[in-house]
Amino acid sequence: MNLKGKRVVAVGEREGVTGPSIKLLAESAGAEVVFSVTQCFV
Amino acid sequence: MDLEDQENVSRLAEGSATDDMVVILGQPDAGSAGLFAETVTRGDPTWAGPLAGVPLGLPVYHILDPEIKEQMDTELYQEHVGLMELTADVDDILRWVKHYRDGGE
Amino acid sequence: MADPAILQTSYILAHAPDFVRYGSKPSRELAVDPSLLEQLTASLRPWEEVVAYPPNQVFIGNLTPAELAEIPRPWFEHLVPDASPMGPFGRIIDQASLYGLMKLSDDFDLITISEGLAQEALSSLEGIFDDRLENITGVPLGEIEALVKDADGMALYHHGSLAGFMKTVLQEDPSLHAHVLFENLAAKATAVLAVSDLLKRGAVPPEDIEYLLNTGEEAVGDRYQRGGGSLSKAVGEVVGCINATGSDIKAFCSAPVHALVIASAMVSSGLHDKIVVLGGGSQAKMGMKFQGHLRNGVPIMEDCLASMAFLVGPDDGQGMMLRLDLTGRHPIGAGSSPQAIYQALVVEPLERAGLTMTDVDRYAVELHNPEITEPGNSGDVPKTNYRTLAAMAVMRGEIEREDMDDFVTEHGMPGFSPTQGHIPAGVPYLGHAHVAMRAGEMTRAMIVAKGSLFLGRMTQLVDGVSFVIEPSPGLTETNIE
Repeated sequence: MNLKGKRVVAVGEREGVTGPSIKLLAESAGAEVVFSVTQCFV
Repeated sequence: MDLEDQENVSRLAEGSATDDMVVILGQPDAGSAGLFAETVTRGDPTWAGPLAGVPLGLPVYHILDPEIKEQMDTELYQEHVGLMELTADVDDILRWVKHYRDGGE
Repeated sequence: MADPAILQTSYILAHAPDFVRYGSKPSRELAVDPSLLEQLTASLRPWEEVVAYPPNQVFIGNLTPAELAEIPRPWFEHLVPDASPMGPFGRIIDQASLYGLMKLSDDFDLITISEGLAQEALSSLEGIFDDRLENITGVPLGEIEALVKDADGMALYHHGSLAGFMKTVLQEDPSLHAHVLFENLAAKATAVLAVSDLLKRGAVPPEDIEYLLNTGEEAVGDRYQRGGGSLSKAVGEVVGCINATGSDIKAFCSAPVHALVIASAMVSSGLHDKIVVLGGGSQAKMGMKFQGHLRNGVPIMEDCLASMAFLVGPDDGQGMMLRLDLTGRHPIGAGSSPQAIYQALVVEPLERAGLTMTDVDRYAVELHNPEITEPGNSGDVPKTNYRTLAAMAVMRGEIEREDMDDFVTEHGMPGFSPTQGHIPAGVPYLGHAHVAMRAGEMTRAMIVAKGSLFLGRMTQLVDGVSFVIEPSPGLTETNIE
């Protein structure tokens, strides 16, 4: 899966990797992040 | 995945062709990663939200997947994911996400 | 300058099976499919099982977290024989007592209960709470049936049958609807008992309290200031803290730890002498994971409201010193990755004091009971946090990678707290820390809390705060003698 130019949906989690972190990393791979969210289970 | 987020994902997937879309997950364990992977592939297994019974079949990867990791900035990756690489059961997480990416049968 | 210390702790569990249906998640699901109620009701636990449930016994202090770790899972199948609802720093009360506390805490005739329930409440509360009992009055059941039929509000149940009514004050004001007032009154009533028990246990007259800091998450207010109100003085009034004023600290789950730091700073500065930090139960969180529980055929374990209270004052020689020079904070610019958070909350304050991560005997992090979260695929939150801490210690070269599991066992603990919003983050351990310090078994613990600020959609940030406690020199001297 080549991320370059892809539209990414980032579903992060507070105790893991958060939405904003995934967004930053996906952008570093040349993707466009169209939606980013952080879940909290508790 | 809460209802508002399901709604957003559903809308994004509906609005245009999904062949250029990728879902990237960041959960710390296989159970929760699997749940989200299932939601964006086969539909919401809890039958609570707009994706219940809606098999979007989106390509879904976990951020711990080497295929994803190798495309990302190394320094940033270490800063944001490095610790989870040490703590999480990486094989278990990747297995479950792949299971749903491959159809979840 | 006085040295601030946490002098007493108090924890309450209120078993409220008939409140589960009004939790946020169950009420939304029941609105879609009312037939779920039967399944939900059938999966609720009886009083005896709730009292004997090992994590609940840890919450009130009859079992230690270490003892819980030795009990095989599932804990709901390994009940504690001859379990008592009374513990060294907490107690479990039944639903009738809870209704009684809500009724006696109600200054606006919001809640109406039946004569039968009022009688049961009065006898259940005997020896638990003995003030304002004259407010616990009931009406004939017919009157409640009429209210349910004709008035705006919600029906209340006891033993599965209609037994009360909560009224909506103003239909046009969503902040004063019955379900909001029900949440607020439940939080107030459970906090009242936590504070009352706290003061009794510490033999502190209520009138000695100067300041109250409520840390609960309930939105007390009206249409012009939703959530802008306060429960601190409302609780203090019922307990008789006539010389106290107070305010509420809001920061999602991290509020109690913020409040304990603030209270300690008030003591240290000489502003106030005796401060109570409190938090009532979170009605909205009841049954939050019930679907996962039903799917997996396990009991619905979010069947209790939890509340807590802590007494903060100048060290009396018997408390836990709160090291204001060792508090951890998560600045806005710190970043929200787990390592950024733990760097700010754990490593930075320890480094400042020249300490290593292994110099802390025990870390208390998110202490959510994993048996509640795992069936809903929400993972074991404490374990994830402890493994993150262990990985930090590896990265810092303090321990070897193969020693991570040992670090988790030696410096962590299993989750034992109900998923009650602001309750589980770090502070349920304070009672146990006090016991361990009194016994001379612990020299340093760190209490760490995180809060999901992003849930309110005003920022993507998370929050976090921590502090270190150490035994009062007086405690150590007592032990030497």
